[in-house]
Amino acid sequence: MRHIISILMENESGALSRVAGLFSARGYNIESLTVAPTQDPSLSRMTLVTRGSEEIIEQITKQLNKLIDVVKLIDLAESSHIERELMMVKIKATGAMRDEIRSMAGIFRGKIIDVTPTTYIVEMTGTSEKLDAFLAAIEPDSIIEAVRSGPTGISRGEKGLHL
Amino acid sequence: MELNGAQILVQSLIDEGVEYIFGYPGGAVLHLYDALFQQDELKHILVRHEQGATHAADGYARATGKAGVVLVTSGPGATNAVTGIATAYMDSIPMVIISGQVSLPVIGSDAFQEVDMVGITRPCVKHNFLIKDVTKIAETIKKAFYIATTGRPGPVVVDIPKDITAPNIIVPYKYPKKVSIRSYNPVLTGHKGQIKKAVDLLLSAQKPIIYSGGGVILGEASKELIEFTHRLGYPITNTLMGLGAFPATDKQFIGMLGMHGTYEANMAMHESDVIIAIGARFDDRVTGKLDLFCPYAKIIHIDVDPASISKTVKVDIPIVGEVKPVLEQMLELINESKKKPDKKALELWWHQIGQWQAVNCLQYDSESLLIKPQYVIEQLYEVTKGDAYITSDVGQHQMWAAQYYHFDKPRRWINSGGLGTMGFGLPAAIGVKLAFPESDVACITGDASIQMCIQELSTALQYKTPVKIINLNNRYMGMVRQWQEFSYQSRYSHSYMDTIPEFVKLAEAYGHVGMRIDKPEEVRPALEAAFAMKDRTVFLDVMTDITENVYPMIEAGKGHHEMKLRVALGASTDRELA
Ligand SMILES: Cc1cc2nc3c(=O)[nH]c(=O)nc-3n(C[C@H](O)[C@H](O)[C@H](O)COP(=O)(O)OP(=O)(O)OC[C@H]3O[C@@H](n4cnc5c(N)ncnc54)[C@H](O)[C@@H]3O)c2cc1C
Ligand SMILES: Cc1ncc(C[n+]2csc(CCOP(=O)(O)OP(=O)(O)O)c2C)c(N)n1
Ligand SMILES: [Mg+2]
Repeated sequence: MRHIISILMENESGALSRVAGLFSARGYNIESLTVAPTQDPSLSRMTLVTRGSEEIIEQITKQLNKLIDVVKLIDLAESSHIERELMMVKIKATGAMRDEIRSMAGIFRGKIIDVTPTTYIVEMTGTSEKLDAFLAAIEPDSIIEAVRSGPTGISRGEKGLHL
Repeated sequence: MELNGAQILVQSLIDEGVEYIFGYPGGAVLHLYDALFQQDELKHILVRHEQGATHAADGYARATGKAGVVLVTSGPGATNAVTGIATAYMDSIPMVIISGQVSLPVIGSDAFQEVDMVGITRPCVKHNFLIKDVTKIAETIKKAFYIATTGRPGPVVVDIPKDITAPNIIVPYKYPKKVSIRSYNPVLTGHKGQIKKAVDLLLSAQKPIIYSGGGVILGEASKELIEFTHRLGYPITNTLMGLGAFPATDKQFIGMLGMHGTYEANMAMHESDVIIAIGARFDDRVTGKLDLFCPYAKIIHIDVDPASISKTVKVDIPIVGEVKPVLEQMLELINESKKKPDKKALELWWHQIGQWQAVNCLQYDSESLLIKPQYVIEQLYEVTKGDAYITSDVGQHQMWAAQYYHFDKPRRWINSGGLGTMGFGLPAAIGVKLAFPESDVACITGDASIQMCIQELSTALQYKTPVKIINLNNRYMGMVRQWQEFSYQSRYSHSYMDTIPEFVKLAEAYGHVGMRIDKPEEVRPALEAAFAMKDRTVFLDVMTDITENVYPMIEAGKGHHEMKLRVALGASTDRELA
């Protein structure tokens, strides 16, 4: 099953490689990983998407917790949460395609953030499935490049991941 | 007090209460060595190879329970230490390793003797640090010791760039009394509800067994384990790492379990209905084939590291906490409980165990005209009255030491279990002897293993650490040869060496006493003579039967109930190798 693990960790150099190293050394898979400092600059927050059986996910969370730099973590998949990913896609846009892409971006609530005579860059946030769906709806040959941040997530309600 | 970085490091170690530091100098640590030179509180032990430094510090740590301390230079000094760091890591041994690093401004430029020590050791340390600021040295050292010695212990590397220790940068020094790390809070006591459940299950068991491991020794909980076991009257088995935590001569002890454990311990595991694992981690050498592991048992597991719980074997009642307080909590509940262990069931269970014990799985041919390695260990046990510190290397000799030296006290049996590092025994013995100069210390080794750190004989002379080296010389990498005999139709591919040195001469060349023993009747007198030479390191080169194998054995892919036993019990097993 897919799990989103949200990790609060010391904002130290090397902390990221401890997490990445743990995954490669123990053969766990990482689908995506995002990391940035929090409002408290001594802490970073990492969001990691992984897949595995219940036993593997349990080991992953235990092993992550064991890292000295990890302050706290939660498995977002265990409760109600919101998940978002940011994507920017550069698309060939000439002739009739220009209108079509603009309306498609509108349907998906994307924004066109850069325009040249032959291209658009569309910015879009949403769940990973929504971004997948947008890409599937565009003629594949017209996509010059797509960059995705990987999902980040936050739990619903009053609870939060903090010190 | 104002000090430079090198002085701060040395003073921090002194203030931490460090007695010995095992090390080897080089460019990146010259400032540190200069600071060491100018004091005489902290004793530096100069080894002959950095691997030796790590094993000696490790031996010291295993024998005393205090963190072992190592100092190596950058680059090759640091990489030479890695095997010893990994060895300590696998067995959860507290150690602090200080490695020199190239100066901060040149880090990353492939400078002379630069390696990314933090990167290289990341997978085999509990934690590591790169110090980038002189004012952080004292605090980092304090943190390193705190992390190394608390919770599940382990090695911590502190990498220090040369410029940080330079004599011209002087800053105020104060060693912190305490540190706390917000992201590191090891659990102490166990969850009350879980403990209650565990006690209920334990007291309703019909065929219970206590399976305890290295965690009891690391957690100084031997006394509590003994009380707990006596109180319940249940059989107890120890892992290789747990030997000595419960007295081997106690009648409730049924031997080691696992690959080369006793028949009775493995059969009892297999047939049991309730297992309580105490500070043990269900290693593959212990469980055998996982699908066949303890098919009828409910399992309770006490461990300070949540990641050890349900890692390989799913357990029914996990208890996260330190062995000592958890056992105390359990004992209290047992004493209060109206339920008592089921006497009738226990009687039947012990009767069954008695039948397995009657198989006499450790019997060997004691009439042989050749020296049987098991006989040597038995004699060593008698000569040292079972009270020596025994270190070992890795191989058959290690298993025989574990099987035939009956450890009654914790911290007496010092070996590399998790990594299985050949070369561990001799430097570890030196570390132990420094900690306990009045005690007998013996290193049981093999003709192959001893050559991996033989250079430390020189260290033993310099620091007058008279250890006794007992080389069970079978002219083979016996353990490898045994596997080749069993699984590769006796194709002994590269498991012997044609040119084994004359160890007696070698010992003499290093300034020690060497003795060669060829006949069984010479074993006892030689051991007595060796231990009578209180102030000499003695190398006993014992020519043992080259064909001897370690029995009993759970072969690969087999379960606890499928042990391979010695075939010709009682009859002579002298034979030629096919
Ligand atoms: C050639 C060879 C053959 C071997 N054959 C065997 C064999 O037949 N049988 C055998 O048993 N082993 C054997 N081993 C050793 C084996 O590889 C493992 O090292 C060993 O079984 C592990 O022992 P352990 O489970 O006690 O764990 P350890 O490695 O000692 O780990 C200790 C456990 O206790 C926990 N712990 C630490 N401190 C505390 C505390 N204060 N409170 C609570 N928990 C704590 C730790 O988190 C860890 O889970 C062999 C090794 C070699 C090299
Ligand atoms: C550093 C290292 N290399 C290789 C091995 C694999 N190995 C395990 S036991 C063994 C043979 C040990 O031979 P010896 O020291 O003579 O002991 P014996 O088994 O003969 O008693 C080898 C090569 C190891 N454990 N450690
Ligand atoms: Mg040998």
